[in-house]
Amino acid sequence: MKVKIKNIPKVWYFFIFMILVYISISIFNRDIFSTSFEFFIQIIYKIIPIFILVFILMTISNYFITPKFVLKHLKEKGIKKWIFVIIGGVLSSGPIYMWYPLLADLHKKGLKYGLIACFLYNRAIKIPLLPLAIVYFNWQYILVLTIVMILTSVLQGIMLNKIMEVKK
Amino acid sequence: MKQSITKAAKGLWNSFPMIFGTILLISLISAIIPKTFYTTIFNGRIFLDSLIGSTIGSISAGHPMTSYIFGGEMLSQGVSLLAVTAFLVSWVTVGLIQLPAESAILGKKFAILRNVTAFILSIVVAIITTLIVGLLI
Repeated sequence: MKVKIKNIPKVWYFFIFMILVYISISIFNRDIFSTSFEFFIQIIYKIIPIFILVFILMTISNYFITPKFVLKHLKEKGIKKWIFVIIGGVLSSGPIYMWYPLLADLHKKGLKYGLIACFLYNRAIKIPLLPLAIVYFNWQYILVLTIVMILTSVLQGIMLNKIMEVKK
Repeated sequence: MKQSITKAAKGLWNSFPMIFGTILLISLISAIIPKTFYTTIFNGRIFLDSLIGSTIGSISAGHPMTSYIFGGEMLSQGVSLLAVTAFLVSWVTVGLIQLPAESAILGKKFAILRNVTAFILSIVVAIITTLIVGLLI
């Protein structure tokens, strides 16, 4: 039995732990279990199309984006690489964790951690949600917040590049 | 092309356990923490409110749409714009719930540094935004 547990890849531990938590909750509190499980199913339904999109993007990325390509577009042109990452972050959709595999893959091809951080930060800006945000706040506030967040994303990217270099 | 497809499929398959585990955790937290919890925490202390706002936003999970609705409701109940902004920004930029997945896929060092800096910057963004908005309006 010990050998079998050791054979389970570490990446599965968290998932197995969560399954055990859900089993325990289903025994002690069925209401919380059903609410959580229904929510889980709702998210799964929502993310299936995003999974497909991410799979397509990963395939395209594997096919076209070679380390040479990344070096050419993201390393040689100073400001353009940041603009490219900002636009990519703003336009990307779906839950943040859906993009981790693609970003990890791009990192292996030369994309710096600072640019990954910048991409992830800009995912916070959701164009389709702007009307709702304006309804709750106002357009001046949302405009200022968006500009400040974009500038901050670059600042965070530069900070992370420096820190990661020092840590190496 | 076949190689690219296989590589993409492998990459996704390896991230499935962390992604599904994260969704299970998010669903559980959404079921346990009532929506009223968020509006009872803030009570007018500007700096502490923004710190609390960033902290709650960081540990919260859910669609950004929910954060706008919560934030808007908080504002109408008298919570300061600074605290609400810190809450909104950290909700979408800090991902403590997703940290295990981010660490496993992008590296522990990067994930921790990114989230810590995003937390600090959420307060900075809140201060700058409210200052500019205060001057403009």
